[in-house]
Amino acid sequence: MSDQDVLSLTNIHKAFGGVVAIEDFSLNLKAGEVVALVGDNGAGKSTLIKIISGVYSPTSGDILLDGQKTDFRDASAARANGVEVVYQDLALADQQPVYMNMFLGRELTKGPLNLLDKARMRQETQELVDELDVRIPSASSTISDLSGGQRQGIAIARATHWASKLVLLDEPTAALGVAETARVEALIEQLKAKDLAILIISHSLDQVFRLSDRICVLRRGKQIGVRETKSTDKNEIVSMITGVA
Amino acid sequence: MSRVSSRLQGLDFQQAVVYFGFLAIFLFFAVTLYDDGFLTQRNLTNIVLQTAPATIMAVGLVFALSAGEIDLSFGSIVAVSALSCAVALQSFPLPVGVLVGLGVGVAIGAFNGVLVAYFKLPSFLVTLATMGLFAGIARSMTNLRSVPVMNDTFTGLFGSGKLFSIPSLVIWTVIGVAVGHLIYRHTRFGAHVLATGDNPRAAQVSGIKVARVRLYVLMICGGCAGLAGLLYAGRLQAAKYTLGESDLMTVIAAVIVGGTALNGGKGSVVGALLGSLLMGMLNNGLILMNLKVSDQMIVRGLIILIAVAVSLRDTSR
Repeated sequence: MSDQDVLSLTNIHKAFGGVVAIEDFSLNLKAGEVVALVGDNGAGKSTLIKIISGVYSPTSGDILLDGQKTDFRDASAARANGVEVVYQDLALADQQPVYMNMFLGRELTKGPLNLLDKARMRQETQELVDELDVRIPSASSTISDLSGGQRQGIAIARATHWASKLVLLDEPTAALGVAETARVEALIEQLKAKDLAILIISHSLDQVFRLSDRICVLRRGKQIGVRETKSTDKNEIVSMITGVA
Repeated sequence: MSRVSSRLQGLDFQQAVVYFGFLAIFLFFAVTLYDDGFLTQRNLTNIVLQTAPATIMAVGLVFALSAGEIDLSFGSIVAVSALSCAVALQSFPLPVGVLVGLGVGVAIGAFNGVLVAYFKLPSFLVTLATMGLFAGIARSMTNLRSVPVMNDTFTGLFGSGKLFSIPSLVIWTVIGVAVGHLIYRHTRFGAHVLATGDNPRAAQVSGIKVARVRLYVLMICGGCAGLAGLLYAGRLQAAKYTLGESDLMTVIAAVIVGGTALNGGKGSVVGALLGSLLMGMLNNGLILMNLKVSDQMIVRGLIILIAVAVSLRDTSR
């Protein structure tokens, strides 16, 4: 079981009209593995995330999740199959409490009238943020009262709570300070320990080298190569990103 | 932490505005208009009875605003619904009349909703247009004539009747606010309305059917306006194209003063009730003060301006 790839992309190709965004991309991810996706702006990283999460369908190529061929119609279908995305803009409803964001679109209900079970959502949220050590005043805090790091923590905690297989992280620390970045990285380490497969987009090579097991480089929609993080260095990755040897 | 607590105080302040405003205006009128009978039970009951249709409309509008939409057409829906109901009651039994009145409201709301949700037109412009459209239809339906409502059961149920000595309009107000509050605060739909108004993209990627939420909130607005039309027709024992015509400003003001954000994501049904009662009290007090109609309009406009400014003070951040 643990040998089987959680995610397997084979010859993914995506074109928007005549513009080729992704060309012949193949990658496998195992449970508990962190793969970093790096490349310059416009290299196709976000497009790839959107393909895996069901926002776009690939023009051609296969996506296998746990060995099963998938064809997600939309993001909800991908979520139902255990794939969660932490978006760059976090996708949080700012004026709602933390616990409602944690259960956004999947609210718990009780009783014959199917009324919201706020007490249980609050409690489960509190347990989750405690477990992941996301420090917020309370599960009832309003999102807009939280700092950037706390908000990022909530978004990642939400993905952890619902993902059973794969978490996609799009620039999770782009807007954060040093201390907050460290906390989010610790959170990502915890996801890894929970045996989730993680694909992370990051512009910070330092971060990529701290977190990832493998690094996959994209340039203008082309897959330049995949390296074991242990057996490569920044110079090699930078020259792969820029195409300058 | 201090940021959080100051923000919490801000929230409290915003939600308390309607209570303080309510109390302040009540006390002001109670003192200055004591000799004019403001405090008599009869007058106070009258205020509640007169605001019943506006309160029901306000409940509907809380849903639309919270979802990030607006309905400007509900006044016209009131007239068309009331007239349709009154005409139906002339040849059909009571349930048919009621269903026609409510059904017309929901149908017009659905018309607004489809244009907004599926043709992606801004609700402000759609309902601005349908406000005029259905005001015109209301006028032409009966050639400006008012239609009497002779059905005593209907006028009892929606107007002058009582149950255990509680006026039916009070009961409708309580039911409307209670059901509205329950749906708004305690159902998944209510949560989806708030999420849609707060951050449509977040709602979308969380699997919430944003378009359907937009359609439903405008249908709720239409349905509430339909019910308000029945209440007007019941109380006045007649329907006319002018019903609901002057409620637009009052109802929007009531909802905003009651703590609902104009740009979505936040609101209160109970606050809308208080806002509506506050507007009713204001109307009543200004009349008891024997102000000329023109002066009433000026004073009311100024007070609404102040009330809205105060209740919006903190939301621009």
